[in-house]
Parts: sequence; structure tokens; C-alpha cells
Amino acid sequence: MTAVQKSPAETATDAAVEFRGVSRVFGETRALDGLDLALRRGELLALLGPSGCGKTTALRLLAGFDRPTSGEIRIDGRDVTGVPASKRDTGMVFQAYSLFPTMTAAENVAFGLRMRKVGGAERGRRAAELLELVGLGDRGGSYPHELSGGQQQRVALARALAVRPSVLLLDEPLSALDARVRVQLRDEIRRLQLAEGITTLFVTHDQSEALAVADRVAVLNAGRMEQVDVPQEVYARPATPFVAEFVGVMNTVPVSGGRITPGAAETTQVRPEALLVGAPDGLAGTVLTSTFLGPVTRLVIRTEVGELTADAVTRPGLPAIGEHTTVQISG
Amino acid sequence: MSSLLDTPTAAPDAPAARPERRWRAALGLLPFALYFLVFLGGPLYFVISGAFTDADGRPTLGNLVASLMSPQYLLAFRQSLLLSAVTAVIGAVFGTFLAQAVLTARPRSPLRRTVSTASGVLAYFGGVPLAFAFIAALGQTGLATAWLRSAGIDLYASGFRIDSLTGLALTYVYFQIPLMVILITPALEGLLPQWREAAENLGASAWSYWRLVALPVLAPAFAGATLVLFGNAFAAYATALALTSGSIPLVPTAIASALSGNVLVGQANVGLALGLDMVVVIAIVMVAYLWLQRRAARWSRR
Repeated sequence: MTAVQKSPAETATDAAVEFRGVSRVFGETRALDGLDLALRRGELLALLGPSGCGKTTALRLLAGFDRPTSGEIRIDGRDVTGVPASKRDTGMVFQAYSLFPTMTAAENVAFGLRMRKVGGAERGRRAAELLELVGLGDRGGSYPHELSGGQQQRVALARALAVRPSVLLLDEPLSALDARVRVQLRDEIRRLQLAEGITTLFVTHDQSEALAVADRVAVLNAGRMEQVDVPQEVYARPATPFVAEFVGVMNTVPVSGGRITPGAAETTQVRPEALLVGAPDGLAGTVLTSTFLGPVTRLVIRTEVGELTADAVTRPGLPAIGEHTTVQISG
Repeated sequence: MSSLLDTPTAAPDAPAARPERRWRAALGLLPFALYFLVFLGGPLYFVISGAFTDADGRPTLGNLVASLMSPQYLLAFRQSLLLSAVTAVIGAVFGTFLAQAVLTARPRSPLRRTVSTASGVLAYFGGVPLAFAFIAALGQTGLATAWLRSAGIDLYASGFRIDSLTGLALTYVYFQIPLMVILITPALEGLLPQWREAAENLGASAWSYWRLVALPVLAPAFAGATLVLFGNAFAAYATALALTSGSIPLVPTAIASALSGNVLVGQANVGLALGLDMVVVIAIVMVAYLWLQRRAARWSRR
């Protein structure tokens, strides 16, 4: 159950953001329980976990909307634990409906600059530049209700970036959008983040989103950090059973000599794509469900070691529901 | 592709079904329409026709001229408008503060429940009982007056009277503030928390948030509620009469004395003309409000 994590000393030198032993207690609930986490300068770190795991609490503590019960938060090496939200120099994108409804898109983007007493002409120029950057150069005069959900989130992103914050905070910014727009905007956020080189904390409960855009993924469960690593490692070598279950689908099977062996003492974890359906020396089973996912078809097969989930390349001749087949670890 | 999508396939049936359905829907409105006709249309017709005829039923503009030119009625109008405007603005401002203060308390806190229940009761606690309560408290021999006197503050020596315009305003505010709390609370609840957080995140102070974000959103609701308060005070009759016995000229009390012939016999139609003047004042305020609303609501969905 020990979390695999880079030691604080190793990352402290060029950490843009640091949580040091941060806890937040709401009445009886420990929303965060001694969180240690460091973001490197310019990286996009996805904070991933199920709802109620404390990821939003962590983000709100960093933004300054809430104070930790104990622990310390640093931005660029400066302790900001007691600094109010308005003086923290973070840029935040909320889940939805955060644009000021009485202001046009351009006025929304310019708001932070206005608060920093930037002159009108300069504000207008910068707002136009940012709207151009998020692909809404011609919508500066539109009011939020005249924009689609995806466009509103682009404006919110432009608004957060306009003040050149030291950290960009994304609080499930894609969760209210439909699937196609979600993927499109996700990739665009990554593109902009790389172009601007801005340190970013991306909170999400969607593991595919986290794996797709992040430099590193931090998996949080019940207020505690389970694993922080690059997406490939989190997926291939989950540090805890929770991570294995939460990130993608994982089968736990008894093995002997690298083959599924009923009754073997040793167990291992196998991803669905690492199981071979219809293997000549496989374990016998019956197909319970079959889900066509395009290039692959996901089969749930009942065997004597339990139900196994296997992804097979879609092809003619795959076993149908109720049919018998065999399954084995491939390679 | 797009032309396929644009063609509403169900269209051919729809118009055929519509006229009948529309009739049936209109039928549901009938009781309300009748009620409206009898209890609003009828009196309005009576007021308008009466205002333009003399005691013998001949057409005249004399009543209207009298209602608008004679010094006593002009004074009544000036005082009514002043009283209504001042208590509407005071009620609106303090009511909004109170409503916001209550909303920031926890949803189930005793404070919140007490204030919302009290507002519901007090907003409609007008008329004779309220006037009596104020006389008992702040009249010449009232309880509060006596306490203040024993504490060294002599209200009446400093020129205060409960049966003055100030006394009336004080009494009106007592039901204007709770009414504002009821009217503005839904609008305050409509302010999304992420607007405040986004503003803070962008460096705004609490004052900047209210001035630039919250108040513009609230403006149409605030103006509408203030207008209701204005009308509420403008039409209040029983409270004023009980408190001042008609010694302070106001339009509703002036209408009452004209209709009942208290001052001069044969002034009933002037009373109706005064009534018409009140209708016109409210109509002007309504039009001004609608115009304001349309300008302010450019950003909203309507």
C-alpha cells in the first residue's frame, strides 16, 4: 500500500507548487490527509481520483478559497498558506458557468487586467490576443449566453491566462461538455499549456483524460496520495490495488510460470489488452458480455478463476455471448 | 445534409391540431379573464368615465384640472410621491443588505429561519394594527418615547411627531424592508458562487466583485422590486389614515375624503380624477421600468 513518490527533497529545488503535509478536515471527514505533492515548473500534473477523494479540496486550497487545517502550501517557494485568493497569482478555470454574465467575452478576459489597473487600450489588445489564441477572435463582443459550452470554457481559459498567472488551475473544466468537444478542448488545453510553458494542475475524475494530457498523474484516494508518476508508469505499474482498479480495467489472476493457473499461490495483475482470447492452451470460459468498441471488442468471460475482462482486436469469428472460448495471458 | 436536418418532418400534422388546442388552452383562462374584467376593468371604467363627467353627467375636464391644479391636491401628490420614493429606496437598500446577511448564514441556522418567517409575516403587517403599534411605541406617550426620555433623549422636544411625514416614513419602512427581503432573496440566491470565486481568483476585492459582477446581475431584479415597494407605499391607505387621521395630505386619503364628501359635497368626481392620476403615475413608472429592464437585460436570455 505504500505510495510510490519522488521524495520531496528531490523536487523541492525547482518546484513551482508544493503541498507540504496538507490536511483539511470538515467536521468528521478528513478530506485531505497529509498531502505531499510537488509540481515541477512548466509541467501539467493531473490530479486524478473518484469524487470525494479530496482532489477538488486540494485545488481550492491552492487557489486560496479554503484554508488547510494543517500543513503548508508554497507557490514558487513562497509560503502562501495565509495569503487570500485575490493575491495568489493563480488562474483558475471552473467546471462551468463561471463567466460573468453581464460582460462580453472580451470584457471577461480583460477582467483580471482591469483588477491589476492595466490601461483600457492595453487590456483590449491583450484580450483580443488571448481570444485569438483560443480560436474565438471574432466572438469578443458576444455575451456568455450567446456562446456554446465549449466556447464558454475557451473564454474562461483565456480569462485565466490573461493575467499570466504562475499556476493554472483546471477544476474538471471539460466535465460539462459533450464527448466530441471534450476531446477537442482537452487537446487544445494541452497545446496552449505547452506553448505558454505554464505550470498546471488539472483536476479530473476521468482517467483517460488524465492519461492523455498529463506529464505526470497523481492518483488520490480518500484524501491520501496513492501514486504520482508519468501516465505510462501509472498505467503499466500501478503502485496500489486502488490505482490498478481506478486507472483502466485490471484483472487479478493466479499465475504460475507466466500462465493463468487455477489454484496457484502467486497472483498477478493483467490489463484486458494483455489477455488473448481463443488461445490454444487457454483457460476455458463462457462469454458473459461482448461490447463493440470499434478497433477492439471488450469481452467479459466467466472462468474458474472468476470473471475476466479481455480486449480482443475486432475481427470475424470472435466468440458471441454464451459461447465457449479460452483465455490466456498473451506473449 | 443540413437541408435534411432543417426540414421538420412532423410539420404537416402540427398546424391542423393547433387551433383546437389553442381554444382549449384559452378556455382555461376564462375564469381569470372574467375576474379581471369585473374587478379591474369595471372599476377602471367607472373611474375613467366618472373623472371626465360632472355631477350631472355632462362631459368635462374640470375634475382632472381640479385634481392637478388645486394646491391641496398638488401637496398630496408631492407628499405621496416623496413618501413612496423614499421608503421604497430605504426599504430596497436595507432589505437587500438584510437578505444578503441572512443568506450568508448557514441554511438551517435559527437566524435564517427566524428572519425569513418574520419577513413573510411583517411584509403584510400593515394597516391599522401597525399604525396602532407605532403610536403605542413612538407616540407622544408611547413606550419607546418614554424610555428614550428617561435616557435623556426627548424625541418630541426635538420636533419629531409620529403623525408627520417622517413618522409615516418610519412606519412604512417597517413593512417595506421585509417585503424587499422576500422579493430580492431569489435573485441573491441566483448569484453563482463561482462568479465570486472567479472574481477573487482574478484579483478582485469584495467591493470590486459587488460593483462589477454582482450588482449588474442583480440590477433588473432590484429595480423591479423597488418598483413594487413604490407602488406598495403609494397605494397604502389604512396605515396612513390610522396614523395621521388624514392630517398629512396624501393622495389615497385625499381620494377618500373627496369621495365621502368630508370636505366639500359634490367632489366625488374629483376623487375619481385623483384615482385616474394615480393610475397614470403607476403606468409611467411601469413603462420606465420596462425600458430600464430592456436596456439592462441585453446580456440575459430574454
